[in-house]
Amino acid sequence: MTARHLFSRPARLAAAAPWLWMVLFFLVPFGFVLKISLSQTAIAQPPYLPVFDVTAGFAALKTAFAALSLDNFRMLATDEIYITSYLRSLVVALVSTAILLAIGYPIAYGMARLPRRWQGVAMMLVIVPFWTSFLIRIYAWINILQHDGLLNKILLALHVVPAPVVWLSTDSAMFLGIVYSYLPFMILPLYATLARMEPALLEAAADLGASRLGAFWLVTFPLSLPGVAAGVLLCFIPIVGEFVIPDLLAGSNALMIGQTLWLEFFTNKDWPVASATAVVLLALLLLPLLVYDRLQRRQLEAR
Amino acid sequence: MAEDIITSEPQMPAAAGMPLLRIESVLKKFGGFVAVDRLSLDIAAGEFFALLGPSGCGKTTLLRMLAGFETPDEGRILLDGRDIAAVLPHQRPVNMMFQNYALFPHLNVRDNVAFGLRRAGLPRAEIAGRVAEMLALVKLDGFAKRRPDQLSGGQKQRVALARALARRPRILLLDEPLAALDKKLREETQFELTKLQRRLGTTFIIVTHDQEEAMSMADRIGVMDSGRLEQVATPRQLYETPNSRWIAEFVGDINVIEGDVESRAEHRWIIATRDAGTIVTAAPRQPTDKSAICVAVRPEKIKLSRRGPAADAGQAGTLNRLEGVVTDVGYLGGVTTYQIRLDGGASLRASLANTARLDVDAYGAGQRVVAWFAPDDCVVLER
Repeated sequence: MTARHLFSRPARLAAAAPWLWMVLFFLVPFGFVLKISLSQTAIAQPPYLPVFDVTAGFAALKTAFAALSLDNFRMLATDEIYITSYLRSLVVALVSTAILLAIGYPIAYGMARLPRRWQGVAMMLVIVPFWTSFLIRIYAWINILQHDGLLNKILLALHVVPAPVVWLSTDSAMFLGIVYSYLPFMILPLYATLARMEPALLEAAADLGASRLGAFWLVTFPLSLPGVAAGVLLCFIPIVGEFVIPDLLAGSNALMIGQTLWLEFFTNKDWPVASATAVVLLALLLLPLLVYDRLQRRQLEAR
Repeated sequence: MAEDIITSEPQMPAAAGMPLLRIESVLKKFGGFVAVDRLSLDIAAGEFFALLGPSGCGKTTLLRMLAGFETPDEGRILLDGRDIAAVLPHQRPVNMMFQNYALFPHLNVRDNVAFGLRRAGLPRAEIAGRVAEMLALVKLDGFAKRRPDQLSGGQKQRVALARALARRPRILLLDEPLAALDKKLREETQFELTKLQRRLGTTFIIVTHDQEEAMSMADRIGVMDSGRLEQVATPRQLYETPNSRWIAEFVGDINVIEGDVESRAEHRWIIATRDAGTIVTAAPRQPTDKSAICVAVRPEKIKLSRRGPAADAGQAGTLNRLEGVVTDVGYLGGVTTYQIRLDGGASLRASLANTARLDVDAYGAGQRVVAWFAPDDCVVLER
């Protein structure tokens, strides 16, 4: 056996590991979900038909295959509930991401400009809230926002409002919760790109006649775009599928797609429709990911 | 300081009235550290001036104050007689070429060069013309659409130069412009930069720690140490007439022999040294009344032979003759350096040009030699 063989086999295995992981923990489960989304709901165990039984022989498998249909997808495309849910999810994610960017960018920029020894402290301040359970933090917000909560007490004491204001179960409360929970995901990638930037570039811009604001728009901002893209994706994608925050903080008159999916799955016990909802959601989220991938590839090529 | 040096070489033509740039007792501190210590300097229009010094001597801080990135704590900086302390970097008619070029990585070569012109609000057609002119100047036509990361080190350096010159600054500041290039390219670029500066007539101020770079390019060199200018002089004055032992040892290679003044005649001083006998020197240009001094001789001023200078060598009688043994020979191609242990105990370095390909007179280690040099070839400096 040559040395090349000795060394190349483990190397090849290592390269295959992430693929193996993807196949085992993403592609295979997704195959199940996709299959269920093409099935029909039934009062049975499991609660859908047809069921593939490999032991029943080839003919039975063939009939089972024939029973698969796109009915659930057809319904998703025609029933208003699903369409409004998808739209609401996209709008909520879009608005939240915009707010997150508007708040996160200045914070990340400020962090990157701090003296070195303070940057670590600032980073800790951003991360520390994560040490508390996510659910507890959202429940804390319920406490603050409720009728006789902290916020109303302060506003009443300061005579800003004459009577308690309804905060809880509104879209404002939901946006507050989302922005609060996702802010670190926006700040950290932005901070990473901004902190890496060479200070001499800003001096060069100033030297060549750019004002401070000009230098920001012409140099800092374009160079931070990869961080912006990463932060936006890191927030936008999970927010579209967000279930807990809207369920706890928003009203019940309009649902996000995550909530609709939950209802189908746990309340209606309609696994096929729930699966179809999930498949469409995945397809929707693949789009921004592909754009991001394209952008990154272009950057790599430029290098 | 510069005025103290009397020399046969022509001085830079003095500008009528005010110099282009006048630095007046400028002081800059960082915390308790004095980076630039009440430094004064005049630079004339069209001059190629080099600030030379070891790292941490304050030369870069001085340059950054000229660019406007640092403000002096005390003193004034006058450009055309006008104090520019309050003028922000982006409003100064001064441009800088940064040490690592600081090219904008997201812009191509054309947009990098056009950056300063666009900020100046020039009409589009003029910008295009000026960019083309600049790229031709640095021989980069055809590279307009390349990104900085698609360029070699030398090309990046030229883009940085074109970008800094595009705004036609009164003064171009160059911060270690050649430090990132390899030796061969550096030598070529030194030559190119000098030619370019002569052609444009722009005042160049270069900061460097490389004395060869400073010597080969600059009209005048200011040698800095600990925030002060130790000497301001032409390269030749600096090398042949250093005004302190520190300068003599910092610039080039030199033998320093300590001794005491035995007699001071009008032209000739006689120095008694501890380990190299008696040495006759020319009277120093800056007379000193101290008796503890040192004699400094450049290695290439020392001649070697087996028997000493021939009797008919003109002033042979007044030559310094020191006898000793060769201990080490370093062959460098163009020159050979010889390490000699003198009979008095001092150690001396001599470097001889290898003028003939087959040198029958080469000396080996252990060879007894006579080292000799003229009184005019050594400098008397305070210890």
